[in-house]
Amino acid sequence: MTAAPASRDVVVTGLGATTPLGGDAPSTWAAALAGESGARTLDNDWSEKYGIPVTFAATLKVSPDQVLSRPETKRMDPSTQYAMVAAREAWQDAGAPEVDGERLGAVVSSGIGGIWTTLDGWDTLKERGARRMLPMTVPMLMPNSPAAYVSLEFGAKAGAHALVSACASGAEAIGYGVDMIRAGRADVVVCGGTEATIHPMPIAAFAASRTLSLRNDDPQGASRPYDVDRDGFVIGEGAAIVVLETAEHAAARGARVYAKIAGVGLSSDAYHITSPDPEGTGQVSAMRRALEDAGVTSRDVVHVNAHATSTKVGDLTETASIRTLMGGEADHVRLSATKSMTGHLLGGAGALETLFAVKAVAERLAPPTINVENPDPELQVPLVRDTPEKLPDGDIVALNNSFGFGGHNVALTITNA
Amino acid sequence: MAYTSQEILEGLAEIVAEETGLPTDAVVSEKSFTDDLDIDSLSMMTIVTHAEDKFGVRIPDDEVKNLTTVGDAVSYIEGAQAA
Repeated sequence: MTAAPASRDVVVTGLGATTPLGGDAPSTWAAALAGESGARTLDNDWSEKYGIPVTFAATLKVSPDQVLSRPETKRMDPSTQYAMVAAREAWQDAGAPEVDGERLGAVVSSGIGGIWTTLDGWDTLKERGARRMLPMTVPMLMPNSPAAYVSLEFGAKAGAHALVSACASGAEAIGYGVDMIRAGRADVVVCGGTEATIHPMPIAAFAASRTLSLRNDDPQGASRPYDVDRDGFVIGEGAAIVVLETAEHAAARGARVYAKIAGVGLSSDAYHITSPDPEGTGQVSAMRRALEDAGVTSRDVVHVNAHATSTKVGDLTETASIRTLMGGEADHVRLSATKSMTGHLLGGAGALETLFAVKAVAERLAPPTINVENPDPELQVPLVRDTPEKLPDGDIVALNNSFGFGGHNVALTITNA
Repeated sequence: MAYTSQEILEGLAEIVAEETGLPTDAVVSEKSFTDDLDIDSLSMMTIVTHAEDKFGVRIPDDEVKNLTTVGDAVSYIEGAQAA
């Protein structure tokens, strides 16, 4: 199960998150194991005021203004605020590693960027004119702002990057962090994803694309991947950040290692701007590349954190792809669709689900999929429902899948430390 | 209704505190925005934008560079509202 030389093996030593389930990674993971839902009815008048057909979302459990200083919240878009909360936690969780800034990278993605700032700025301009535009507007709205602020926070000078691939962004950021370490450009990388789009405009826009669940009378039951009655995703917000480092660097400082990111698999469908290729060709390629990159096979895979957003088509395409790739070996997989609990964090999703897969491998526990009352008969992979399931002892392999509008496919292979 | 220089100082201190996280009592007349309060150019323009809003005055960009200290800003705003 070894591919890259031991010194460039990439391990996870720090985890941080702020999500609809909790204000940090441990509370988020505990709530996921307990099968809680982070969805709730929105406490505002957007539906009446704008005619938006969706009245709920998976909003943050803990507001960042309880954690960040007032000047920080004023000069950072919410998407950056969430990333900072998660990054500080991950850094402390990693033991605040002493590392030369020239060897430290920051890769933090958002699928949509600083949309609150963008739209607030437009409102200010229309209502009050150019003299009232705040000078910090541009550095707040730019989609690389989370990556830039994280680099400033820790003095990361090996490079600060913000890869954008819609709902695959968070996973792609972690994959890029792995690449930076393997290529020898960094020894430690702070990486992950963030999103803050619970604003009426993006909600109305997603609703217009008919991708959101309309289960307004039951927000907590709305995200139900693989249930026959699923009707779309639940928009969520939040961030997840991991600290990656070379196995050698982690060992030298005696750091606790959660797991390894052993493989990165990327592909693009080149099929349709929003629909996944029904043949799943790109998804299969991404997973195959992630496994080959790690030097493992389908036979080794015991757990997959599915992208599964609770849409009619997407959920089944993914399990069909897993079956295509793994054949009979897919019977040994424990599939978890954690968006059933967190909602869909868009650019934060791939990072949060990688964090979940890392915790699943570290604790040998696959998190549940809630709200599956009647499993879709076309579901082709064994699903973890309602309560966590034990993963085997010994060497194990997990995959996190993240797919994005635009046909972006990212699969990450996670193995035990 | 014109603001007194004391009211302007207090209002400006609140704006600066909000922007920088400094306590309002650190914002006194003789302090330099850049050297003492460590305010960069973008933050300074943010403070100017909020000050214009609060006191109903116009502070042209060409004037901002002359506002070295908090007291300079108070004096400028006091004069501008009289104008």
